[in-house]
Formats: sequence, structure tokens, C-alpha cells
Amino acid sequence: MSDLLYTEEEDALRSAVRDLLADHCDAASVLARVETDEPHDRALWKSLTEGMGLAGLLVPEEVGGQGATHREVAVVLEELGRSVAPVPYLTSAVVATEALLDCAGDEASTLLAALASGRTVGVLTVPLSAAPGQAFDGVRAEGGRLDGRVTGVADAAAADVLLVPTSSGLYAVGVGVDGVTVEPQTSLDRTRPLATVTFAGAPARVLTDNAVPAVRRALRAGAGLLASEQLGVADWCLTETVRYTRERHQFNRPVGSFQALKHRLAQVWLEVVGTRAAARSAADTLAAGSDDVDVAVAVAQSYAGPAAVHAAEEALQLHGGIGMTWEHPVHLYLKRAKADSIALGTAGRHREELAELVDLRAP
Amino acid sequence: MTDAAELRRRTEELLAAHPPRSTDRSDFLKARFDAGLAWVHFPEGLGGLGLPRSLQAVVDAELAAAGAPDNEPRRIGIGLGMAAPTILGFGTDEQKRRFLRPLWVGEEVWCQLFSEPGAGSDLAALGTRAVRDEASGDWVVDGQKVWTSGAHNARWAILIARTDPDVPKHRGITYFVCDMTDPGVEVRPLRQITGEAEFNEVFLTGVRIPDAHRLGAVGDGWKVAQTTLMNERVSIGGSRIPREGGMIATLAKTWRERPELRTHDTHQRLLKLWVEAEVARLTGERLRQQLVAGQPGPEGSGMKLNFARLNQEITGLELELLGEDGLLYDDWTMRRPALVDFMGRDAGYRYLRAKGNSIEGGTSEVLLNIVAERVLGLPSEPRTDKDVAWKDLAR
Repeated sequence: MSDLLYTEEEDALRSAVRDLLADHCDAASVLARVETDEPHDRALWKSLTEGMGLAGLLVPEEVGGQGATHREVAVVLEELGRSVAPVPYLTSAVVATEALLDCAGDEASTLLAALASGRTVGVLTVPLSAAPGQAFDGVRAEGGRLDGRVTGVADAAAADVLLVPTSSGLYAVGVGVDGVTVEPQTSLDRTRPLATVTFAGAPARVLTDNAVPAVRRALRAGAGLLASEQLGVADWCLTETVRYTRERHQFNRPVGSFQALKHRLAQVWLEVVGTRAAARSAADTLAAGSDDVDVAVAVAQSYAGPAAVHAAEEALQLHGGIGMTWEHPVHLYLKRAKADSIALGTAGRHREELAELVDLRAP
Repeated sequence: MTDAAELRRRTEELLAAHPPRSTDRSDFLKARFDAGLAWVHFPEGLGGLGLPRSLQAVVDAELAAAGAPDNEPRRIGIGLGMAAPTILGFGTDEQKRRFLRPLWVGEEVWCQLFSEPGAGSDLAALGTRAVRDEASGDWVVDGQKVWTSGAHNARWAILIARTDPDVPKHRGITYFVCDMTDPGVEVRPLRQITGEAEFNEVFLTGVRIPDAHRLGAVGDGWKVAQTTLMNERVSIGGSRIPREGGMIATLAKTWRERPELRTHDTHQRLLKLWVEAEVARLTGERLRQQLVAGQPGPEGSGMKLNFARLNQEITGLELELLGEDGLLYDDWTMRRPALVDFMGRDAGYRYLRAKGNSIEGGTSEVLLNIVAERVLGLPSEPRTDKDVAWKDLAR
């Protein structure tokens, strides 16, 4: 059985990340930043990576990482979710890193070390909506050159290197080279912006001849750990809404004293508690490399996405009019929660996956 | 005497002195109680050894492996789960000595006389009166209780009654042990929507209770009852189950064995419930790990809410999935079962019985209030009954 608790070291890591985010990632600055041409917070990224070494948690020490596990990464993602931090952590330090961990060879090792340091940001060029196991044929590789187009790639605008799955293998290509264009898209969640990536004869290095297992592994880890980010988002929504409804008075009472609101918040709490159990289960099975990992990830993603969306939607409603304003941060969480519920496979897709895994087959 | 090895040694000693194969069941259970292996977290001399509760598993595993008889915990659940912790917490030494051993070995079955027709969620409004007979010192009890599981098999009851109507409702209640063989106790079956009668109405007319059977101080009954009720809620939602255990198991089995019943709509709902049951299981497992690690969290408050809703939704879907068979019912005969047996009956029974899960032991609405106020710290509703004497309340 998985260890579903947090260790003392994990609690200490959480405190350190939370302190940093409290000082450098408050809601007002996130809100101001997403309206600029530079939505990613590079200074924060530098503190998280070069300062704290967090980009290298999944990377073995001999390759330049921290040699930690998915359990610690999950704690970092909870805190990043709680702050809707605009940094490419899930994309570079989790998904791209996992893809590279599946590749042998010097090219992959060099890239892993670069990503682990945080000085290089890597992004797997698949749509953010892609679920584990999905096939990709948008890009062709011929004679070491890439051609094709992928839309909806998260954090591509912040990337230094792109990892590109094709039918003839997984390739790495630098963003600065001729033949690579990254065009930002107007995204629902501007704290994790999307871009269209176009390759026109771009020169690339092959990392492995078969991209399928590497991409599958990357997206599975991403999906499992996304549940922890969703937990952080949901927990912020609950905590902030409880705080607000205790203070906000109408009818000469705190609005949080009305049962109609209390029951809704108690329901959100139940779902946050469930999300925490499911997210810890996914992180622990990923860390242990257990046989149960496919089920644990599918369960977490079948549950956490709708739970986080529900928490954010309730937060907005229970804030009343102020929740509808641009000025109040609740919309950042709603947009992140909704985008996350589509990212790495919707709950419905993960349930379909479960139907096969646990033998509850469709008609 | 602190570690599991020592506990194992004591268990082996018990098994050697009273081989389960050749020992009478009741004698074995009494010997186990006297050896302190009944509930190891209870004090020495009262069936325990004053050890952490988590060590009970060591004893249980050894005894199960040896094929020793148990005390049929489900049959005596009210005694074990509610009466015993309350007697331990508030009883006199004499009461502990008198009641705990026959309770644990199952010689004396207990029931709970709390709810009344006019006091359900607002239990503290109860109106059953206990009046002191100054001559004998006894208490004389008159009133009506309801939803009393197992009253027809019970030797004793835990009872709360009003001893002072002139103070606000929470303050005028006293907690007693009531002798169910008293001639003033009348038990009538209360037939429920399943056709059977697990519950009873209990009419109390001039029932005499010696003052020695009072638990806690006069007027402190509400505080004492909180111990009973907290234990009830823990026991309802707290047991450990394997993946796809509990109610979802039957539904999943039907799904696998009867492919002709499957539709796309029921498939979506099945998968959703399967996931929710698995998440509820993980939540319970996380709670258990917290308890073992000595860091109890507030998650326990939510377990019964999850359990009630899931049982209802799963059994509702099961009946619908069965289609034509879901229109039938196994047996409407009026019976008075000693246990609730979800698995021994058909889907229709499960569906109807599960409706009680969100009412018994605290309605889901009251539990949501408890989560909101005690876990989240939201303010309580304004109250109109707080400083009003019980006799002046609207009813």
C-alpha cells in the first residue's frame, strides 16, 4: 500500500517553496504579468531552479540532478498550483525531463543535465490536451530535418529546446535555429500559455528511434503529478473562500454562517481531501515504479480535474460580485483549473483508460 | 510489556492454556478478556493492557490464524462501539467491573435509547423524563424512544433523559444505564421500508433505575453522550476495505458477468462511481495511516458522508442496471434481524436500506454543518434555543 502521508522532509520542502512564492509570486504580480509580452516569470524560475535546485528533482545525481522522487515533485507542484505560478515546471522539469529519462545516450544525458539546472527550459512538443498513450504524427523527420506543425504546446514560448516526437523517433531541436517558429496563442489560462510550433526543415538530433515509450512515460508522469497541482489550486480556492465568507457580512451576519453556503464549502472540503489522497497515491506509485501506477494515475486524473474545477467555480460563486472582477485573483484559479481539467487527458479519457485497466468494459 | 513480541507471547500463552478446538466458545472469550487481550488499549483488569490501540491488530492476527472464536463484533456493535467507550470514560469502578466483561464476551447485548419522535437531529431537545424518587434514591423514567436497533435482543441500554426541564436543553440531561428487563420497558418493532424491522420503538413507563446506574454527574448527560456519538460516527465510516471492496464490488461483478445489461449511460456512471469509491478508500487509508503515525487529521469527519452518498448512488445504479430484475424484490416478509446484512440480500434491499445511511448516526446535513464549523471554522447559524429553558422551547 502506498504511503499517502507527507514526510518531514517533504513538509520542509513545502515550507521553503511556499515562503519563496509568498515573497515573489503574489496574485497581483501574477495578474499584472500575464498581460505583458513576457508571461513567464524568469526571475522566479531562476530562484526555484538555480536557487533551490527544484528542476532537477527527478534527475539522478550522477547526471547533475537532485536524485529525489515524484513525491517531492508533487509537493512542489501543490505549492506552484496554490500560487498559479507562471513557470514552466510541469512542462520542463516533469514532462520533458521524464521523456529524456527514457532515452539512453550522451545527447539525452547532456540535455537532462541542462534541464536539471534550470538554465535550459525543455518542452515536449505535443498539445497540452494530449493524454498518455495518444499517438502523434504532426511532425515528419527526414534526413535529420523536421517538418510539420503542432498547436497548443504549453510553455513553448519559454523553451530553449523542443523535444519532438515523430514516427521515426524522438528529436531535439534548439528554438533559435532556422526552420523553427514558435507563435504564441491566446490562451484561456495565461499563466500557462500555449503556442503553435512550426518546423520547416529544422535541423534536429535524434534522441531515440522509438518515441512512443518515452512520450507515454512523460505524459503518464505529467498526468499523475498534475493531480498535485490541481490539489494546490483547489486548496487555495477552499481556504480563500472560507476566509472571505467568514468576513463578508450580509443580513447582519457573516455569509459563511448560512447553511446554504456552509454545505457547499463542506462538499468542496470533502473533494479536496479526496484529491489529496488520490494525488499522494499517484505520486507514491510513480516514485516506487509500482505495477499499479497506471491505475493510480488514471484514478487521480479521473477525480482531481473535476474536483479542482468545482472548487474554483464554487469559489467564484461564493465570492459574489467581487469574484467576477478582473482585479480579484479567483479567475486565475478558475482558468488554471479548467485548463488543467483538459490538460494531459480529460477525466473522461482517464476513466475510459480505467475501464480497460480494471476490466469494466464498455458495451 | 510494550512491544508486539511480548503481546504475541501472551497470545500464545492464552492459546496454549485454552486451545480453541477443545474450549467452549464463551469460556475462551472470557479467558481472552481476563488475559487483557480483548481490547489492548483498555486498562489492565478490564480486558486490556493499557497499550496503544494499534497493537490490537497483533493479537487479532494471531488469534485468527489459530482459528479462535471471535465475539461476533457486528452482533454486539452498539455495546462495543458506543456503550463500552462511554462506560470506560465516565463509569465508576464498580460500573466498569460489572458491565464491560459480559458486554465484550457477548453475554449481554446493548442498545441505545437516544432518539425520540420529537428529538432527532436536535437530540438535546429530548423529552423523556427521569425524576428522582427521594425515598429510594432511584430514578423513575417516563417517555418514548425510537430507531432503537436491537432493543428486542438487548439486556441493557444506554439512555439519556431529562432530569431538569428548567435549564437550557443541553444542561438538563443525565446519562443512565437502563435495564431492558424492567417491567416498565415495552419494545415494539418499527417496520421500515425494506419490509423488516431492525429498529424498535421503546416505551418507558415508570422504569426504575438505581442511582448506581447513572453514568457521569447529574446534568452532564450531554457531555457524556458526545463520547458515545463520536465513537458511533467513527465506527460507521472507519473500517479498512480493499480496492473494489464494499458496495461497488457487487455492481462491478454484475457488470462483468452480465454484458447484455450494459449501456453507454450506465458505463459512464459505473466508472465515475468506481473512481469515487476508490478515492473514498484511499481517503480512509490515508486517515488510517495518519492515526498509526499519531497525527490524526480531520478527514474522519467526512468518511460517513462519502460512505452514505456512495452506497446510495451505487445501489441505485445497480437496480437500474438490472432492468427487468430490478423490478423484483426478494422478500417483503416482516422480520426482526439481529444484523444489517447488505450482501445477503438482493439489490432492491440494498437500495432501500442504503437510504438510511444518510440519516442514521447523524444526518448528512448535520455532518456537513459539523465539517463546516469544526473543520473549516465557519460561524454557526444564529441560535434561538441557547439560553431558553427546555420547558419553554417550541415543540
